[in-house]
Amino acid sequence: MSELRETIQQVIENEPVALFMKGKPQFVMCGNSERALRALREAGAPVTAVDILPDPRIRQELSALSGWPTIPQVFVSGELIGGADIVEELAASGDLERKLEEKLGPAYRSEDGSGRVVDVLAA
Amino acid sequence: MSGIDRLRQLLEQAFPDAAELDVADRTGGGDHFQVTVTSPRFNGLALLDQHRLVNEALADPLRDGTIHELRIKTRGTE
Repeated sequence: MSELRETIQQVIENEPVALFMKGKPQFVMCGNSERALRALREAGAPVTAVDILPDPRIRQELSALSGWPTIPQVFVSGELIGGADIVEELAASGDLERKLEEKLGPAYRSEDGSGRVVDVLAA
Repeated sequence: MSGIDRLRQLLEQAFPDAAELDVADRTGGGDHFQVTVTSPRFNGLALLDQHRLVNEALADPLRDGTIHELRIKTRGTE
């Protein structure tokens, strides 16, 4: 396994909520990434964001790991939840909050909505 | 064949029994698509697995850049 793939795998496994997106939460570069981020924030999720744009290998390695072809991709406790459409649908039905609570415990809500950003190339 | 026709053809092949199948060009630019599929194949499947079937049907245009952005809406028939 490449070093980059291992780093991505660690983010997926270790972060409560990992969002692989185009751009950063402060400067989102794609409508679908924006939709996923908004739905997660509204559910109070403690988001850890990874920008896939700096290097095409990030997306290649991520999709090889997840088997999911498109960006964004959302993981909760290592489990692939889906892309923007799924996250929005789950948020609308209340299933997203239920999933977060089930996986992360009832006190999952993030105190600070800004979340954190991980650079998988620097790791 | 235009992108929209190619997507429709691939989805029709993958979901021949679809009760509803629609492909829309969201921006008019020919690479941002909204696909809607209602099929009995989705019955009993989690949303993730429903979308996975659509992604698999569209694997080629997703890979070769025909699709820049994809929105998916799936429903079972039950």
